[in-house]
Amino acid sequence: MGEQKDRRPSPEALLRIAEQGGRGRLKLFLGAAPGVGKTYEMLSAARAKRREGADVVIGVVETHGRAETEALIADLPVVPRRVIDYKGRQLTEMDLDAILARRPQLVLVDELAHTNAPGSRHPKRHMDVEELLAAGIDVFTTMNIQHVESLNDVVARITRIRVRETVPDSMLDRADDIELIDLTPDDLIKRLQEGKVYIAHQAERAIRHYFAPGNLTALRELALRRTAQRVDDQMLDYMRTHAIEGPWPASERLLVCIEGRNAPAIVRHAKRIADQLRAPWSALNVETPGTSRGGETAKIHAAEALRLAHLLGAETVVLPGQDVAATIIDYARANNATHIIIGKPARPRWHQLLFGSPVQKLISRAGGINVHIIEAPSGKAEAKLRPAVKPAFAPLPFVVSVLLIAGATPVALALRQYLNISNIALVYLTAVLVSAVMYGLGPSLLACFVGVLAYNFFFLPPVYTFTIADPENVVALVAFAIVAVIASNLAASVRGQAIAARHRAKITEDLYNFSRKLGAAVTLDDLLWATAHQIALMLKVRVVLLLPEGDSVAVKAGFPPEDMLEDADLAAAKWAWEKNRPAGRDSDTLPGAKWLFLPMRTSRRPVGVAGIIRDDPGPLLTPDQQRLLDALLDQAAMAIERVNLAAELDKARLAAETDRLRSALLTSISHDLRTPLASILGSASSLASQGAAFDEDTKKTLLGTIQEEAERLNRFIGNLLDMTRLESGAVEPRTTLVVLSDVIGAALRRADKILAGHRVELKLDADLPMLPLDMVLFEQTLFNLLDNAAKYSPPGSLIRVTARRIRDVVRLSVLDEGDGIPEADVERIFDKFYRARGADRGRAGTGLGLAICRGFVEAMHGTITAANRADRRGAVFTISLPVPANATLPEAAAA
Amino acid sequence: MTLGAHPLRILVVDDEPAILRFLRAGLTAQGYVVSEADSGQPAIDVARRGGADLIVLDLGLPDIDGLEVIRRIREAGLAVPIVVLSSRDDERAKVAALDLGADDFVTKPFGIDELLARIRTALRHRLQQEGETPVFKSGDLSVDLVRRIVTVRGAEVKFSPREYEVLRLLVAHAGKVLTHRFLLTKVWGGDTDVQYLRIYIRALRQKIEPDPERPQHILTETGIGYRLRVID
Repeated sequence: MGEQKDRRPSPEALLRIAEQGGRGRLKLFLGAAPGVGKTYEMLSAARAKRREGADVVIGVVETHGRAETEALIADLPVVPRRVIDYKGRQLTEMDLDAILARRPQLVLVDELAHTNAPGSRHPKRHMDVEELLAAGIDVFTTMNIQHVESLNDVVARITRIRVRETVPDSMLDRADDIELIDLTPDDLIKRLQEGKVYIAHQAERAIRHYFAPGNLTALRELALRRTAQRVDDQMLDYMRTHAIEGPWPASERLLVCIEGRNAPAIVRHAKRIADQLRAPWSALNVETPGTSRGGETAKIHAAEALRLAHLLGAETVVLPGQDVAATIIDYARANNATHIIIGKPARPRWHQLLFGSPVQKLISRAGGINVHIIEAPSGKAEAKLRPAVKPAFAPLPFVVSVLLIAGATPVALALRQYLNISNIALVYLTAVLVSAVMYGLGPSLLACFVGVLAYNFFFLPPVYTFTIADPENVVALVAFAIVAVIASNLAASVRGQAIAARHRAKITEDLYNFSRKLGAAVTLDDLLWATAHQIALMLKVRVVLLLPEGDSVAVKAGFPPEDMLEDADLAAAKWAWEKNRPAGRDSDTLPGAKWLFLPMRTSRRPVGVAGIIRDDPGPLLTPDQQRLLDALLDQAAMAIERVNLAAELDKARLAAETDRLRSALLTSISHDLRTPLASILGSASSLASQGAAFDEDTKKTLLGTIQEEAERLNRFIGNLLDMTRLESGAVEPRTTLVVLSDVIGAALRRADKILAGHRVELKLDADLPMLPLDMVLFEQTLFNLLDNAAKYSPPGSLIRVTARRIRDVVRLSVLDEGDGIPEADVERIFDKFYRARGADRGRAGTGLGLAICRGFVEAMHGTITAANRADRRGAVFTISLPVPANATLPEAAAA
Repeated sequence: MTLGAHPLRILVVDDEPAILRFLRAGLTAQGYVVSEADSGQPAIDVARRGGADLIVLDLGLPDIDGLEVIRRIREAGLAVPIVVLSSRDDERAKVAALDLGADDFVTKPFGIDELLARIRTALRHRLQQEGETPVFKSGDLSVDLVRRIVTVRGAEVKFSPREYEVLRLLVAHAGKVLTHRFLLTKVWGGDTDVQYLRIYIRALRQKIEPDPERPQHILTETGIGYRLRVID
């Protein structure tokens, strides 16, 4: 942990610079107290910018009626404020959307700490400013030192006025320039007396105290120090970016423990120390069974404090644990914390002595880690606490506990003869323990109390009275009472742990099951449904899931299934998607919306937005539920990304396959067109150059070759054209009723030359009906089948064409006596470019003929199949055509 | 080939020089006098002047559509026979050309023999306008147009009136292709469904063909019409 002598620019510094790009510059005019003249300075600076040629507008400036300030506004363009109707009152706020639309270079926004009226997009003006900066607009703004979040307690202590409106420290850290408007206390007091200072809503006395010289000096020092700290940071950033050696701080790390009601104040203190040490810091909250039992209030306190810590820049952690001190130490050691900050214990001294306190344990076990114990002012609870949810009071456990004691009494009486008086107490103890295990601490303490009374009444002489004669028995009674209380405490604690453990186990199991369901979901719809269902089930809310569509998001699933979101809600969802931040109820943006929208994202990118809503008022989610929801959404986001990636993979594969086919096509065409051309060119050039030397027969042969190959080329080109037409969907059958023998005869005639080397036999049924066909396409189909048969069967063999009617189907078959089709290829034979292996008997084809047959036949609503002949070796191709209901036989129609 | 005193003149209209070359060679070798045009307007002009006894016309011309050329020639009242050259897949163009008044067609790519046969048939029919031969003979088919008796392989065959009418038309234009529309209009008087025609062709084939399923006389021009073959 020594000093680092690293010459490389620190990544954080560089990242900060990188993040700056594209963002607007923020200049803060900081003052120690109201009235120092911040607004005036801001306006002056703005006017100077305008003289330089910048486009400056006024977003919102409070002049409070001061003439000199108003004079400065004079000719600067003002964006009119937005009017918000709130409960019958007209309130005006800065019009954020108008400024974003106007896109000035620089906008003036007074009073950064201001809280916006309900109905605005963001609850606080500094969030508006963040949005302006993100849009690339420069901002000048003003604030007082008392508005800084981390200094809130300090200022309150000084001025005795706690300021409610705060600005997170991150704004100051992010500001590119801070200009301190400094005024000596005397000058400020003089201005106050001259009536040039405006303070709202405070009593006379408070103001006088506020502006006491001592206070003003303290505030001034605070402001100066804070500004100096910022300057120091900037200097260090500069040095780090340019890798200048400097006094790098030792690598310290802070850990602050969140516990109890004063946690927020302790968090702020920790922030100040962390700033001074320039060290990263974490905030840890340990959840013991006790805190789980304590109800929602304690948890909400802790959540608030954690939220504040996060806002101030800490890493926040919640860990479950039995022993608070041990958990803290373990975490500190694991994360190399060098300082632990903890609040002074709240329990009274005797309690600490008796039971030990976490703080004591911490100190004794901390080893080399520094422990700071902070006394925080026990101020009133933070105003923004949400109403706690009190568990309902159930009388049943208490009644049952009393009944248990009542039941134990007769048992004890029965055993009276066999047992010592002291041992009778054990019976009651059993009852108390049972009560503790079943119902917890409250009912078991009641059982203790009733048990003590019963024991006294029924067993301690004088019997049937509440007095005790023998002092020894008093001891017995007291002993029993103490044992009972301790035992019930322990039992209740165990029970509490068991309940908490079961609860955690249930949640873990639910998450595990959810994870498996997500893994099993194949389609995106399944996934979304499972997610929506799970969220609704586990959190008892209504859910919608939105996925990107175009440049916005649209509802894709929900539970209960709900397709529609109102425009206002949809706008909130869109905002959440664009800015990748939560929006809606209980969030920092558009908190007036009914739904809460949370972006779902993986480490790579956002994948969607989830929206939840519950009809009852109050906070939407407890901190536990919040964590659970985060876990669910993370899993869902990953699953969605997985599905998306799978789809992209498929698309990529398809594209690759298409490319493969395309190159196969080109190769095939190239080869099959060039082969006949080679023969033609060769023969023709032979005749041309050596024709005189050839005899008549040779000449005739060569000329015959030229003709044959030219016709073959013609067929290939025809196939290509047909295939192209099929592929582009340009095949529109012109259907008429056709006599089959007509078209078969035409096809045979056309294939005359090709079939010259074979025998052809026709066997057509006499009663074939006329069929609705495109005669041209069908003739081409038959021609291709005949060509195929001739190609793949030996010369001299028989080619048969048969046609039969079988009920409502006509089957036309072409049979050859060749080698047949390999079994595996019977289906694939109709694929484009398919050629039976090793079947190149010198008469190769493009591999398109059969594919064209299938395309044409299917366009005419028929089917075509290939098979091997059952009676002998050879292939049979069968076209099946449906017979229309009112089929006519040629005879019958001839009139 | 001569008509009366002078040799027959054929005008070849095509914008493809290679085709013109082999047509000139092939036709000249048969004794025809060949003139060339590479676009539609000159062709129309030649026809108007009566400068050709037959025109071989490519449908795909640069200036005027081939169909338009046929229309203008026929509208001018000229009866000069026209044989059309058209590409493979264009059934509709062929039918349109025939319905507009072309006599026959040949599909590119084609062999010169086929074209020569079509030219001979077309010329013969035009020459025969001035007098029909009363008895038609082709292979084993004989049709006496005056006495309306049809003999097949020596035996007389009976036909219904409509059947005979179809056969008569085919015989009257023997060797030439007749479009479905032409036959339907002439026999049924209107543009009825072509299936009726098909049924009658089937009936005719049953009666006159030795193997009705592999006809030798009545040939199908798929998508266009039917043609009665002339077997010498």
